[in-house]
Formats: sequence, C-alpha cells, structure tokens
Amino acid sequence: MPDRTPAVPLDAAGRSPEPLSGWGRTAPTPALVDRVHDEADVRKVLAEARGRGLVARGLARSYGDAAQNAGGHVLDMTGADRVLDVDLAAAEVEVEAGISLDRLMNLFVPLGMFVPVTPGTRYVTVGGAIAADIHGKNHHVAGSFSQHVQWLDLLTADGQVHRVGPDQDPDLFWATAGGMGLTGVILRARVRMKPIESAQTLVDTDRTPDLDSLMTLLTETDHLYDYSVAWIDCVAKGARMGRSVLTRGRFARRDELPARKQADPLRYSQSVKVSVPDVFPPGLLNVVTVSAFNELWYRKSPKRKRDQLQSIPTFFHPLDGVGAWNRIYGPRGFVQYQVTVPFGHEETMRRVLERISSSGHASFLAVLKRFGEGNPGMLSYPSPGWTLALDIPVVSGLARLLDELDEQVVEVGGRTYLAKDSRVRPELFARMYPRLEEFRAVRARVDPDGVFTSDLARRLEL
Amino acid sequence: MIDALGSVGSLLLVGGTSDIAVATARRYLQERPLRVVLAARDTERRSAVAGQLRAAGATVEVVDFDAEDRESPERMVAEATAGGDVDVALVAFGLLGEQEQLAHDPDAVAALAQVNYVAAVVVGTVLAERMRAQGHGTIVALSSVAGERARASNYVYGSTKAGMDAFYTGLADSVAGSGVSVLVVRPGFVRSKMTEGLPAAPLATTPEAVAEAVVAGVRKGRHTVWVPGAMRWVMSGLRHTPRALFRRLPL
Repeated sequence: MPDRTPAVPLDAAGRSPEPLSGWGRTAPTPALVDRVHDEADVRKVLAEARGRGLVARGLARSYGDAAQNAGGHVLDMTGADRVLDVDLAAAEVEVEAGISLDRLMNLFVPLGMFVPVTPGTRYVTVGGAIAADIHGKNHHVAGSFSQHVQWLDLLTADGQVHRVGPDQDPDLFWATAGGMGLTGVILRARVRMKPIESAQTLVDTDRTPDLDSLMTLLTETDHLYDYSVAWIDCVAKGARMGRSVLTRGRFARRDELPARKQADPLRYSQSVKVSVPDVFPPGLLNVVTVSAFNELWYRKSPKRKRDQLQSIPTFFHPLDGVGAWNRIYGPRGFVQYQVTVPFGHEETMRRVLERISSSGHASFLAVLKRFGEGNPGMLSYPSPGWTLALDIPVVSGLARLLDELDEQVVEVGGRTYLAKDSRVRPELFARMYPRLEEFRAVRARVDPDGVFTSDLARRLEL
Repeated sequence: MIDALGSVGSLLLVGGTSDIAVATARRYLQERPLRVVLAARDTERRSAVAGQLRAAGATVEVVDFDAEDRESPERMVAEATAGGDVDVALVAFGLLGEQEQLAHDPDAVAALAQVNYVAAVVVGTVLAERMRAQGHGTIVALSSVAGERARASNYVYGSTKAGMDAFYTGLADSVAGSGVSVLVVRPGFVRSKMTEGLPAAPLATTPEAVAEAVVAGVRKGRHTVWVPGAMRWVMSGLRHTPRALFRRLPL
C-alpha cells in the first residue's frame, strides 16, 4: 500500500486530532487534546494555539459542544487536580481547577465539609462548575457554585494570570462565572465549603398526583429545606399528567443519627456499581419502555415519608451509581432540554411539559425545581422561577419542536442553560441573555483575538 | 456549526443563482434564519436572489465566483469564510450545453468541461482544505444521473458529471475522520431554468424536491442521495442494460 495522506493534519509532535463530544454524544468534532498538569503546561498550549484557538475541558458532563473546539486545541484539565491549601476553621479549600467534586467529597466529607453546590453528578470539575456556574438542589437557599468562590486565577490570552473574585475585577469574575471557558483558563480557585456534622441526609418524600399539587407543595414548603427537587413522569397523560415524586432534605446533625452511626458520623463511601456497555440500538427508549419504567418508579416511591436517612450518593447522585448511562440512548445520542421560566408564568411551564409529553418523544423523567435569586454572572443560568430539565433521544422533528418551545419560553422572559444546550437558535439565545453584550465587551477586553473559543461559541456567535 | 439536531448555521452556495441552490436556501430558511453566502458572477439575478433570501430571513453575503477563471475558487472560498465558518457548502454550478453543437465544436466541449468538471473539482479541493482546517462542515455536490451511464443524447454533459461525481465520491472517503463529510446528490431531470424548453424525462423532479433531499441527506449524514429516490433503482437497471439495447432506448 502506498502511504495515504492522512485526512487530518498531524501537529508538530505527530499527534492527530481526537473526536470529542459532550455527554449527549451528539455532533462530535476533532481537536488536538492537550493533557495538562499545571500552569506551565497550559502556557505552552496557549503559545501554540493560533488560528482555531483553544478551550478547557473537564469531565465532559456538559451535554452539548461547550468543551469541543473543531480544528483547534482542547485542554484536558483533569490532570491538574491538586489541593493547594485547606483552612479547616473557615471551611475553605484552595484547589486546581481540574479536581472533581467526587474527589473533593472523598477528601473533605470525612473532615466535615461538603461541596457548597453539587449538580446531579459528582463527576464535574471545579473549573467546569465555575465555567457553567452550576446549580443544585439547594439553589433556593445557597445560589449557584460561583457564589461560593472567593477568588479564582484566570490565565487570559495575553499570558497574564488574573486573580479575580466578586470584589477583585468583578466584571472579569462575573464574565468567567458562567462564561463557558471563553474568557481564559481557570487555573485555581478558593472555594467556601459547607460545614456538615454527618454524611447522612434527612429526607422527606411526597408523591403528588399532578403538576398543580406539585407546584403548590414546592411553593409552600421549599423554604423549610436546604435541598429540594421533584422528578416528574412526563409520559403520564390526562389527569395524571405531571405526577411526581418530591424529595426535600437537609444534612443530619450528629445527634440525629442512630446510635451505631454516631461513632463515625462522617463515614463516606461511594462507588460506580455497574457500567453501561456501548451496545444499545437507537430507539430502545420508546413510549412503551419508558412508560413501563416510569410506572414502576412512581409506584415504588413512598406516598409520604418523613425524616428518612439517606446517604450522600443516594440523595444527591443516584445516576452516578451507573457508569456511562448516557449510552442507553444509542449511537444517535440525546439532548437535555432545560429551561427556566419566571414565577407567574407557570402556564408556559405546563405547556412545555404537555407538548413534550404529547409529542411521543419519550423522556424518562423530568426534573423540576424552584430557583432562588440569580447572581451577577453575565451568562449565568439561574434566575427566580421554575426550572425544568428533561432528556430526549435525538429523533427527527425534534429540532422544530424545541425551537417552538424556546419561542414560548423566551416570550415570558425565560431561558435555556448553556451547559445543557446543543441546539438553541443563536438569535433566541441573545434574547434570553440580555447581558450578552456586557459579556462580549469583557471578552473583547481580555481576548481581543478570540483565542479562547469553542464549538458552542461558534454555534451561538458568542 | 451544524448542531446536535442537524440544524445549520451557515450555508455557502457556489453557483448561488441556480434554481436548486435557491430552493435549498429557502428550504433551510423554513427552519431557522441563517447566514447564506452567495457565490456567483455579479449579475442582476444574483442581486435579485440576494434580495429574495434576505426577505426570507437570511443574512446574505455576496462573493464573486466565475467558473471559467482558474484563480476564482481560492479567492471565493477565502472571502466566503472570512466572516466565519461555513457549515454546508453546496456546489451547484454547471451548464447543460447543446449536444448538437458539442458534437462538432471542440471549443464548446472544452468550455463545458472547464465549468462542469475542472472548476467543480478545483472548488471541491479548496473547500475540503478549508473545512479540514475548521474541523467540521459538509460539502454537497450536485451530480446528475446523467453521469451514471453516458448516453448518446448528452454524453458530453454526462461525462463531466461522471468525472465530478467520481471526484466527490472519492473525496468523501478521503476526509473520513476529519469532521468533514461529503454528500453527492444525483437528481434525475429537474424542471428548472437549466432545462427550460426541454421535454421532461420520466421521473422528472423539481428544485424543491432536490432541496428537500439535500437537507435530509445532510441532517442524516448520508454520502449519496438520488432524487427521486426511485432513480437509484432505475439507474441500477440501466447500468446493467446490454449496450445494444441501451443504445436504442429513447433516452
């Protein structure tokens, strides 16, 4: 065989680009992946990355194309995962950006500190948590992740490291918090942790028969709990539409534990029990299989239960017990549709849920939560209102359906979430985030040539 | 970027005033507003098409392209991508020619081959180079069933399409793994300004039907589509028809 010209150019070190995609496994693109371990490594890539630019990537739990950069460089930050300083009295930790929340919990739960905010998975990095300004079940009392960051070190395109925080160059800080890696590379951060007395949560569970009763219950009781979230059956129709299981809880005090657990209240363990093989055909999840699953799930939940002790993984990260669960959607992948609508527009939320239910685009369960106040993050997602998230396999006709729903959401002042997005229309995105121009102005200041860029940035013309 | 659900953000139409190119842009615009770059000669029709597409919601850019000018493809692609990546590039220029004239006029044959084959493969080479660098994108080449088996009534045109079809089919394999893909579209007889005044062949189709097939083919990541779909089986039959019989068919 004669030598074949490779389809893609190799770089000076003879590496070839690797195809990357997000958690939804849609729209992969190739990029040169640089595994970095410290600031010097990052600087080296920054010096080489001209033309198609670079973006940092953590554990790739963004559903869409946030951590992809077609034809350019992508920094794999997970090797930069050291703990640099711990202040037990103040419950503060200083860490490199590539450290995962999983590791933070393993290290610090036994010392009586929990991460200030965790999403539904613990497999996200601190850098990613800031860049997406993630939220969790405690948003209504604690806000989002960036609100617990005292400062962060940002390497910008000019090679400078800026230490920024809510009172140190707040513009750059609040452009970086939620800025999806487009202002520079987050190298380090100092994070305020949450002091806990035990590694157990006390959980109240309620089954509600429909959406109205769920929303009423959430509105009336949310403020009594640190954490709350509801799972909605989106396949149920008619009178049962919106039937859900609501769980609310808080960390247990040591004296609330049963005697045998009081000896070692901060004992924490977790593990991935099984991993999903990559063999699922497209279309496995359909209305029939999903209805059956949802029926089972709804019936096995208690109708009303109080003060049930649950471990951290059970309460916060139920899906992390199954590795690579995104594979069950098959090779075509899936999207997660997450939107928020302001209070007072519950009808829009209901219509969105109804349209998706009746479209037959089966989605397992939807997650509903009430957000508290937003923060000054220019592209930060949370704002006062309801947030709904649901997974939908990629099927034909979905683009049009979601575009229509976006229009209804934007009409009432709602928005979609960049960490989940893989398909919103650019001009609608601009309407959802009225502070986009401020974000662009900060980016123009610190990165006039657009060195930091991603597929998401190109797709949405950020 | 082509997004997770196959929606397209920017479209380059090379030969942007052809009926199929315009129909494709319109078909995409039914879904979403997008950036359209019209590459064509500076004519009144180009201005008119630009105006129509703007009215339909597109952000339109116009760049010069002349298939008879060897330097034109590089300039055109550079200008078309100056304002951002191109997600889908449709290579839609070509001439049908008058077979009776072509049979006796070497200059006319050379001119047709230049436009339909030489320019088409030069454009394909330049586009592929640019898309490999950007790491994503789809090139759509408008071939023709006429290239599947040349026939007496238009073998010059058929031969140019056979050549460009082979080029883009091979290009599709050569870019595998680069993030770029190539779709070869083989329409039958299309009722358009190119075929004005000619009697329609069986299974004749429309620019709108071709546009529909292009959009669906890009979304599904296909490598070849026939329009209408039945053409695939018809041509498969014709390809295997004994020559003595094929020559006598009223095609």
